[in-house]
Amino acid sequence: MVRNPDANRDQFRPADHPNDAFLLTTVVGSYPKPKWLNRVDELVDDPDSKFDEGDLEEAHDDACRAITHEHERAGLDTVVDGEMRRNEMVEFFADRIDGYEFNGPVKVWGHNYFDKPSVVEEVTYDEPWLVDEFEFTSAVSERPVKVPITGPYTLGFWAFNEAYPSTEELVYELADLVNEEVEKLVEAGARYIQIDEPALATTPEDHAIVGEALERIAAGIDEEVRIGLHVCYGDYSRVYPEVNDYPIDEFDIELSNGDYEQIPVLEEPELEPDLALGVVDAHTAEVEPVEEIKQNIRQGLRVVSPEKLTISPDCGLKLLPREIAYGKTENMVTAVREIEAEIDSGEIDVENPLDD
Amino acid sequence: MTQRVAATPGLYPLPDWAKETLSDLKGHQKGDLLSGDESEAIVDQYDEVRAEFVDDQLDAGLDRVVEGQGRWDDMIAHPLTVHDSVETGGIVRYYDNNNFYRDPRVVGDLDVSGDVARELEAATELVDGEAPLAATLPGPYSLADLATDEHYADEAEFQAAIAEFLAGEVEALPAHETLFLLEPSLVTNPPAEGEESTATDAIATVADATDADVVVQTSYGALGEKLYAHLVDEADADALGLDLVAGDRDDTVYNVQEFGATDSLALGLVDGQNTLVEEPETLAERVEWFESQIPAEGFDRTYLTPNTELFYLPANKYRAKLNALAAATEVLD
Repeated sequence: MVRNPDANRDQFRPADHPNDAFLLTTVVGSYPKPKWLNRVDELVDDPDSKFDEGDLEEAHDDACRAITHEHERAGLDTVVDGEMRRNEMVEFFADRIDGYEFNGPVKVWGHNYFDKPSVVEEVTYDEPWLVDEFEFTSAVSERPVKVPITGPYTLGFWAFNEAYPSTEELVYELADLVNEEVEKLVEAGARYIQIDEPALATTPEDHAIVGEALERIAAGIDEEVRIGLHVCYGDYSRVYPEVNDYPIDEFDIELSNGDYEQIPVLEEPELEPDLALGVVDAHTAEVEPVEEIKQNIRQGLRVVSPEKLTISPDCGLKLLPREIAYGKTENMVTAVREIEAEIDSGEIDVENPLDD
Repeated sequence: MTQRVAATPGLYPLPDWAKETLSDLKGHQKGDLLSGDESEAIVDQYDEVRAEFVDDQLDAGLDRVVEGQGRWDDMIAHPLTVHDSVETGGIVRYYDNNNFYRDPRVVGDLDVSGDVARELEAATELVDGEAPLAATLPGPYSLADLATDEHYADEAEFQAAIAEFLAGEVEALPAHETLFLLEPSLVTNPPAEGEESTATDAIATVADATDADVVVQTSYGALGEKLYAHLVDEADADALGLDLVAGDRDDTVYNVQEFGATDSLALGLVDGQNTLVEEPETLAERVEWFESQIPAEGFDRTYLTPNTELFYLPANKYRAKLNALAAATEVLD
């Protein structure tokens, strides 16, 4: 059953918010790394270099600070550190969960590879995965911090399963570990968690497994904590309306990429969690003009009312040039604030949002 | 007595060093993938890769050696994506995997290209008579299924044209003991009811182009029973290759018991999509178990194979799987 998004949304509304209407602005998570960070990531492995692990940690801190502030400068209501400490969305977590091992890169397509890990024994929770990262970002940010976590379905199905009779069982064990991590993050003050499940888009028939995993993740998590689910590049008609049964506050999807052709899927029956709508494309290297983004935001109003609409880019922006990523984020926030003002003034009829 | 043969249909993972050197030489984008007219520097890299693949197989002691298909950026769609009458479109999903290939859009007549023959010639020199060679090609049904036709009149004509094209490629091949035709689409997207013979005729066209033993290798689960029966009777295959890892093994046993089998069988025993390395003894037991399920009085040959291509695996595990296959035939001897 859907959680209660009304119970946690207002805490993200800034005290100086300029409009009555409030469309929560956020990002999916990843952001281009500064070039120097990629350099020093390699430098630490160079035996001839004096650059050591301590220096790398300092570099990561600096990068997180820079990107968190960049998000604040763009005007976002909630920020992320751009995942500066993370290499790849499965690898990062597999490295921290006991039970995984790495054997080397495997092909995805062409000469694009991924260090797909193997689960070789029972997965267990050792040290917290993200609490340090969250505490650091919170301390340097004036805005609430969102924490993206790769979901158990993706952590299970994008690995080789050597240890469990079925990958479904592995997913449920991983979900229990994610639940433990979320509890620790909440203890540390986190109020906005996003579970990333891109693997669901490749095998939508497994939506019930993802649902059961989410039940385990959300178990015992207070309703003041906002839990989002991010899925991307999928055929949403194959997971909708089942999504309405998921224990989430927010459903975050990429739709700018497909020019909103899938919006009608979400119109009937009514979407129960809040909608987090992607309004800028994560894979085009041109900054969309504010006017175009405003049209995209109106598409979201076809599905939910303004009080239930969150606005974000389609997906993580890490593959873009940094200035393009910033331009998109900044224009996105500008577009949202203009739309809010137009809702306040009655210029936009929220019942018929596409009408001028 | 049934002869046991350890073999693979190829499509091996590039060694880690070649993943780096080739991505540096070629790039990471769609337009950077192989088009068949690669530079000398790239050719040199692939020559080294091929030599390593041959050594891996000779070291393991496989009974058939393949070229390894390191150049096949688009997996089994490769013979089309490098063809002059084909334009490559967007990146599309390769079966139900987190892998992608370029959509081959056939825009002209598919005449003989000889691309695969040149690879096998190079492998012939490397093997130098130390072991019999096996050639690898996509089967016509799967290749047509993976491609987009923008030239031929209808699906049947397209399948037949692909079959003629592949038969021409087979005729150009140097001497080979075995020919693997990879046909995963027979399981994942089988021909419609009543269309089975179009598919089996197309396969027979390719199979008839060689004197070698032909293995029609299927993957990703059991074949539908009616299609299975058609394949046994009409595809002119010496062996059908059956996936004993994915899907319901009982369905495959049922097919064999109910509809008989080709003179030889290939058993997909080693999981090409999991890093867990099977024990040779376990593989040997599975072979004996499967053979015991079959009513016929033994057959010519049982091929011990992986259930899919091996490129899904990290390089160390691919080598371990080759060793396991070869060791399993030792256990059985």
